[in-house]
Amino acid sequence: MRVALLVTCLNDALRPGTGQAVVSLLRRLGVDVDFPLAQTCCGQPLVNTGYLDEAVPLVRSFVRTFESHDAVVVPSGSCAGSVRHQHALVARRAGDPGLATAVEEVSSRVHELSELLVDVLGVTDVGAYYPHTVTYHPTCHSLRMLGVGDRPRRLLEAVRGLRLVDLPAAEECCGFGGTFALKNADTSVAMGFDKVRHVRGTGAEVLVAGDTSCLTHLGGMLTRQRAGVRVAHLAQVLASTEGDVWGEPA
Amino acid sequence: MGGAGVTGTFVGMPTFPVAARRALGDAQLRHNLGQATATIRAKRQRLVEEVDAAVPTSAADPQGLGGWEALRRAGAAVKEAALRSLPEHLERLEAELVANGATVHWARDAAEACSVVAAVARAHGVREVVKVKSMVTQEIGLNEALEAEGVAAWETDLAELIVQLDEDLPSHILVPAIHRNRAEVREIFLRRMKEVGRAAPDGLGDEPAALAAAARSHLREKFLSARMAVSGANFAVAETGTLVVVESEGNGRMCLTLPEVLVSVVGIEKVVPTWEQLDPMLRLLPRSSTGERMNPYTSTWSGTAAGDGPGEVHVVLLDNGRTRALADEVGRQALRCIRCSACLNVCPVYERTGGHAYGSVYPGPIGAILNPLLNGVGHDDQVDSLPYASTLCGACFEVCPVRIDIPSVLVDQRAQVVDAHRGRRRSGEAVVMRLAAATLADEGRLGFAERFTGVGLRAARRGAGWPGLRRWTGARDLPRPPRESFRAWWRRTGGGTR
Ligand code: SF4
Repeated sequence: MRVALLVTCLNDALRPGTGQAVVSLLRRLGVDVDFPLAQTCCGQPLVNTGYLDEAVPLVRSFVRTFESHDAVVVPSGSCAGSVRHQHALVARRAGDPGLATAVEEVSSRVHELSELLVDVLGVTDVGAYYPHTVTYHPTCHSLRMLGVGDRPRRLLEAVRGLRLVDLPAAEECCGFGGTFALKNADTSVAMGFDKVRHVRGTGAEVLVAGDTSCLTHLGGMLTRQRAGVRVAHLAQVLASTEGDVWGEPA
Repeated sequence: MGGAGVTGTFVGMPTFPVAARRALGDAQLRHNLGQATATIRAKRQRLVEEVDAAVPTSAADPQGLGGWEALRRAGAAVKEAALRSLPEHLERLEAELVANGATVHWARDAAEACSVVAAVARAHGVREVVKVKSMVTQEIGLNEALEAEGVAAWETDLAELIVQLDEDLPSHILVPAIHRNRAEVREIFLRRMKEVGRAAPDGLGDEPAALAAAARSHLREKFLSARMAVSGANFAVAETGTLVVVESEGNGRMCLTLPEVLVSVVGIEKVVPTWEQLDPMLRLLPRSSTGERMNPYTSTWSGTAAGDGPGEVHVVLLDNGRTRALADEVGRQALRCIRCSACLNVCPVYERTGGHAYGSVYPGPIGAILNPLLNGVGHDDQVDSLPYASTLCGACFEVCPVRIDIPSVLVDQRAQVVDAHRGRRRSGEAVVMRLAAATLADEGRLGFAERFTGVGLRAARRGAGWPGLRRWTGARDLPRPPRESFRAWWRRTGGGTR
């Protein structure tokens, strides 16, 4: 099976380790991973801030880049949600029926990482080893926009050496919200601190989530607090094996 | 207040981020809200699960739409269908009301509605009216308008009474005094009741029962002396010309039955065609709002009835921006709202800032879309700030009993705000966004930007940086910049080794 990776801007620029973990994990599972270099941003930051016209070229570029692939994997619930739920909106705005059709066609083949693993590849035990106590934050867009349900949990529970502890108020938003974190910085921080308080209360060493955006926000608070809790993307946990445990990118 | 102005109550409020910042610093408010919203969320959740449990999962429900989801879909469908043929249902409602002895008035905006109510008060020479808790009369700033005519309007809902006595503003749709705890309520009663009517008893404690008793004797006096009442309505059933008010305290029913004259202000979106269609609504509303299976009091009246209740009944059918909202392709679904407040109680932003920060009688997620929809965007920074008062986490959509997709409407309203400002003064944000769009759309430029991000991050982590960045770094560390971007790594290794 040939799968194209949409790595997302944040992972590309700030957390390349996430993308590397996806590649390593999928190759271990026998998947042929391709990274189309022509890929750009999915347009979510623009759409969510209200700049729909500006997002049109990005949607066109997305369709062009990925239309020939069987499946696209995205290590982000938020970006997968943006492609599946917002690209149609942008295409309608562009008033281009051809684009709308293409968007519908391509976005149906776009999967968030846990969806690809569980639904497309049919695995929950990916053969990972991660000897740490972790807690999992289900990010809002994977939870409510995509409805990934308990897939990430099932994947984590199958990881050897991993002890998963429940996060209280897990389904509450962490306060990142894209440009919300800047436009409404005070509220964003108030929400983030509450999330971090719950995380610290679990006694976990590692906070795991499927979105680098939320992890950058929460991770930034955890290090500011010298909390002694690190963050890891779901992909990094699942990519880890006995000989090769993935941590934060160096 | 301009023609389309929603309310005079909150005039001159700062934009959401500014008001929120102030609210976030209020420790008492944070505590009160956290407690109250958690309690009501849990009550609602139990009842939703109960509805689901009552429906046996079976082959008869192949799509997995359990009890609650099916009920939500039914509720949304009722309101959607009613909105699609609104003129027809409103005409039927008017005809039935008139046939039943009510007088029907149409009001385009707040000013027209207020002047109708004031004229009725004047015609009867009343100096005071008692009020049933109603959002729409707050929306139109009725109390202030009546006061200007020398008519005192007394709120009779307990929480509204607290807010009114304290000369405060409501902060929640269902529980307008949610930002107050009982110690604060006791203090307000002791200080203020004596100035406007029967005083609170000496030695008043802060137990809920004692506070309720003080409110009861204070209000009883008003009920017995008032000759005119004002209400809103939760629903208006067109086929029989029946208005419906649901409530918990029974004070509304006192207002609806004791005085001689009753004026009800009803938003045009409140109409449902038939009693049968009222059924899912009356099951959804109490579960979503107070977390009860049924609300304690459901009052219905169809015009006047000889020897029973008010002998003169007026109904003011109010537009005030609703036809504007109805014309909005994406936003029109907001008119399905039944004002249950479930979206407020579950909203992580609302829970932390409270309702005042939204600068409107409609706070929380519904307020963040309804205010821009009723008022239009592009002419008031406060209104324009509301669609951004959300992380788009989607919790509101998940609980909304009439399935209003609030996140999608928020995004659409943001686009309308941006569009309204296109071609006007160029904001810093617009410049940044356009620059970002140009950069992100081009692979070559994106690669360059990534290198730049590394440089910027390194500089910022060393303490340099531009002012906007402080909004991030005030409370969060920046990530360590990576040695190379993913793209660069892929180019170098073909995805081979780290
Ligand atoms: S938007 Fe939905 S959840 Fe919010 S108050 Fe209205 S009906 Fe209730």
